[in-house]
Amino acid sequence: MPHATVEAPVVRADGVGVALGGQHILTGVDLSVASGEVLALLGANGSGKSTLVRALLGVVPTSTGTVQLFGAPLGPSAPWSRIGYVPQRLPAAAGVPSTALEVVTSGLLHGRTLRLPHGARRRALDALAEVDLADRVHQRVQDMSGGQQQRVLIARALVRRPDLLVLDEPTSGIDIPTQATFVDTVARLRESGTTIVVILHELGPFAPLIDRAVVLRHGRVVHDGAPPRPRGDHADSFHDHTHAHPDPEPPPTGPTLSVEVGP
Amino acid sequence: MTWDQVVEMLTSPLMQRALLAAVLVGAAAPVVGTFLVQRRMALMGDGIGHVALTGVALGWLVGSWANLVPQDALAVPGAVVAAVVGSIVIELVRERGRTSGDLALALMFYGGIAGGVLLIKVAGGSNANLISYLFGSISTVSTTDLWWTAGLAAVVLGVGLGLRTALFAVSHDEEFARASGLPVRMLSMLVATIAALTVTIAMRVVGLLLVSALMIVPVAIAQLYARSFGRTMAAASVTGVAVSVVGLVLTYYQDIPPGATIVVLAVLVYGVAAALRPVLRRPQPVRDPHPDMVDDVLLADDDVDEVCVETPDPAAPGR
Repeated sequence: MPHATVEAPVVRADGVGVALGGQHILTGVDLSVASGEVLALLGANGSGKSTLVRALLGVVPTSTGTVQLFGAPLGPSAPWSRIGYVPQRLPAAAGVPSTALEVVTSGLLHGRTLRLPHGARRRALDALAEVDLADRVHQRVQDMSGGQQQRVLIARALVRRPDLLVLDEPTSGIDIPTQATFVDTVARLRESGTTIVVILHELGPFAPLIDRAVVLRHGRVVHDGAPPRPRGDHADSFHDHTHAHPDPEPPPTGPTLSVEVGP
Repeated sequence: MTWDQVVEMLTSPLMQRALLAAVLVGAAAPVVGTFLVQRRMALMGDGIGHVALTGVALGWLVGSWANLVPQDALAVPGAVVAAVVGSIVIELVRERGRTSGDLALALMFYGGIAGGVLLIKVAGGSNANLISYLFGSISTVSTTDLWWTAGLAAVVLGVGLGLRTALFAVSHDEEFARASGLPVRMLSMLVATIAALTVTIAMRVVGLLLVSALMIVPVAIAQLYARSFGRTMAAASVTGVAVSVVGLVLTYYQDIPPGATIVVLAVLVYGVAAALRPVLRRPQPVRDPHPDMVDDVLLADDDVDEVCVETPDPAAPGR
């Protein structure tokens, strides 16, 4: 990362606090992500991982502190074309059908760009081909499997060629080919110098790609540094498997189990 | 019906104005309706319609104070103002939180109707004056009304089609739209505002109580068959024009209320379309959604030449 020292950090949060419905979800979070870095956000369910990335991207309002993206304050002036976000899942289906192509095309709009640029269709088709959905561009996303919907969401984030990609638990509850797509995508983007912030329940197949890990507990940063060792992480003090509230995630051993079983 | 009758109908200035209004409203209302259904706010049009009634009465009140002739000259502008204000309040309530929003909307609906009935009496009118607004009076559309309708329909179609992708983005996934820096609040207000304008132009055709039907039912019909958002919107718009024109033509020959006829016709079309859907819809090819997917468990009739069960269950019968 030769530019990391001269450029403004890609993400910079100072003393960020978030209160939703009178409850303090995050308190005093400081975070700085350098250009080209791959950062994993870890923590138990309910520790505030999702809320933190949503606050960093302006989805939920911050009650204290400031957020800067590429050196610009969060708001209309932030360089939104350089940021791609992959939420955990599609919102629940409404009555109106929408195709994969339509959903991905909507990813070309950002900031004050409210109309599609030229070649929008071509770019959306390319993004869908990159996630192996070229033969399903005109299928309703509502009819797709969870894994295919996740691929559509990656394509929607990648269609604007972001310099910062934010992924919210990309491997929770999806099929193994799609998990592989996620890992391949992250590896390829890391290679090309894209900054990546990824929420993970455990490092799993992402482990070799992670430069740094931040662990949240009860809305505070309790660890910021080297990622935990890939195996034996259950012994580490910050690995917390307690489930604070019911969560639709699969058992966290899913992906690793398939690797270990063999002749 | 003979050709002469058709010519007679089309040469009647009254019918010409009514048909034009029906086409404009029939085309514009489902465009807005598509966004409302996508946002799960199918009943928003009803809410705005109720509030608009207070606007009609307010316009009437101001008109009678200013001694305008006719007294209801300001009814449509009054409805426009009340509907826009009402829709923005509904949108703000929705943004705050959904649970209390439901109740707040209900309060607004009842307040709107009661306020309208009360104010019309204060203005020296009677409830009978409100009936044409509540249930529509397309057969009495004046040239001025037609200009209002044409102007507002142009605004609604211009915004709804021109900003289609942005409004889709906000309606489809609000969280992603925020994370893309889109002006979510402004775009949501825009949907609310064009919904309000649609309510006021559709008021003359089907009436405030049935306004929402013309926005929502064509969308309900279209989504039965369309596979994409764009096609749903286009098909809904065509359906809206068709039921409005056919309904209106029926009332030219039969003494039946136009607004109710149009809505009943639309609901009938929905019923038929829904019933025929399994027959008419192109069958989906049967294919494995994940052909490359590795099977995770071994079933009894699968080949057992792979090493998979290291410790056979001693309790299993037949082993």
